[in-house]
Amino acid sequence: MAETFEPKIVAFFCNWCTYLAADLAGTSRIKYAPNARVIRVMCSGRIDPQFVLEAFVKGADGVLIGGCHPGDCHYQEGNYKCLRRYHVLKHVLRDMGIEEERFRLEWISAAEAERLKAVMNGMVEKVRALGPLRLKTPDEVFAEEVAVA
Amino acid sequence: MKPKVAFYWCAACGGCEEAVVDLAEGVLDVVAAVDIVFWPVALDFKRQDLEALADRSIAASFVNGAIRSTEQAEMARLIRSKSQFVIAFGSCAQLGGIPGLANLSNRQGIFETVYREAPSTINPEGVLPARTYQDNGHRLHLPGFFDTVRKLDDIIDVDYYVPGCPPTPKLLQEAVGALLSGNLPPKGTVLAPDRALCEECPRKDTRPEKLTLAEFKRPHQVLIDPEKCMMAQGLVCLGPATRGGCETRCINGNMPCTGCFGPTSRVRDFGAKALSAVACLAASNDDAEIQRILAGIPDPVGTFYRYSLPASLLERKRMKV
Repeated sequence: MAETFEPKIVAFFCNWCTYLAADLAGTSRIKYAPNARVIRVMCSGRIDPQFVLEAFVKGADGVLIGGCHPGDCHYQEGNYKCLRRYHVLKHVLRDMGIEEERFRLEWISAAEAERLKAVMNGMVEKVRALGPLRLKTPDEVFAEEVAVA
Repeated sequence: MKPKVAFYWCAACGGCEEAVVDLAEGVLDVVAAVDIVFWPVALDFKRQDLEALADRSIAASFVNGAIRSTEQAEMARLIRSKSQFVIAFGSCAQLGGIPGLANLSNRQGIFETVYREAPSTINPEGVLPARTYQDNGHRLHLPGFFDTVRKLDDIIDVDYYVPGCPPTPKLLQEAVGALLSGNLPPKGTVLAPDRALCEECPRKDTRPEKLTLAEFKRPHQVLIDPEKCMMAQGLVCLGPATRGGCETRCINGNMPCTGCFGPTSRVRDFGAKALSAVACLAASNDDAEIQRILAGIPDPVGTFYRYSLPASLLERKRMKV
């Protein structure tokens, strides 16, 4: 059997909504793609754009952020800050040659375990179709570059 | 015997050399205290002169510019072997600088644009730079051109960094002073204050407690108030994310900070942090409206990574193969 590519997804979930949705999915025995490495943060507003870039550099094929629905943020407006950063960061990633489908922000409340499943499965399928990201750092390619420069 | 000092430039514009010349009378103090043994831009020394020196016989070498060609990489290594201390001088050597924006393309893309596609280029035979060229029985060698622009410490070990595009004469003087006195900070230190530019901004007090912006403006679109905080005027000023120590030269010239002093010591990726600080200011909670406001920053890579793309986490654009 041919080896299929299993995308690595780094998922940053907010403590109050999306992480609880993942918990609920677990206790409800809802099955979804097992490709995500979930990192719990207190708020989607805590997600420094550096975290997202570092995830890609360290081998993630996709990054998913899950936060509370607009108006539901435990800290009132952390999710709006996340949304503002998300749009600029997405633009940066596009300009840096990283496909848009690899970076996604979704609002998933603590009750939306089914939605979590749909988002996760959908993202894994999209990233699977794109293939591995394989970011090479210039250090890795330096030797071959010197040879052909 | 006076300590030996060298200056060298790699992929740079010459502005950092200007910073040395801008020492004005101060340059006499430097010259009185040290022997300049290599400084191609100002003094007639050749590579052989540098090669003839004993290893580690130069007390300190100030290298400006990014590494873009094989020759620059070779010279950087040669300087490293001859020097006790190597100082990355200026944004390009420290972070990759403006030449680092070429990491949005690669050698092929740059050669095609410059030597074939540019409207001002006349090159009917489509000649591209080659490593060797034969003419009239003579063989000419050219340095190789890397795909990726690198900062100096990607190529050699660097002891200290002096930030800025260009660094101020004051920072240079302090760096030389520290090296001569032997009163040195830990290796790898950036020789400038470790605090954000806003801390030393003369307009600090005009920055509102809570700042939000319904529109981002670019400097050519507004008459800039010479007293008021740049960000409060809707301009993208990178002061909150940028290391201070530049004597607020751009602000004094009534232009917003573009981030040439790079990050403070706690930040890994300058552009990501600057982006984070600026994007949050968009004065809306509505997705479509946020996107409209942020469209006022049409080139976020060029805005937030203007001086630091090779030093960023991503380092270069991912090219489709």
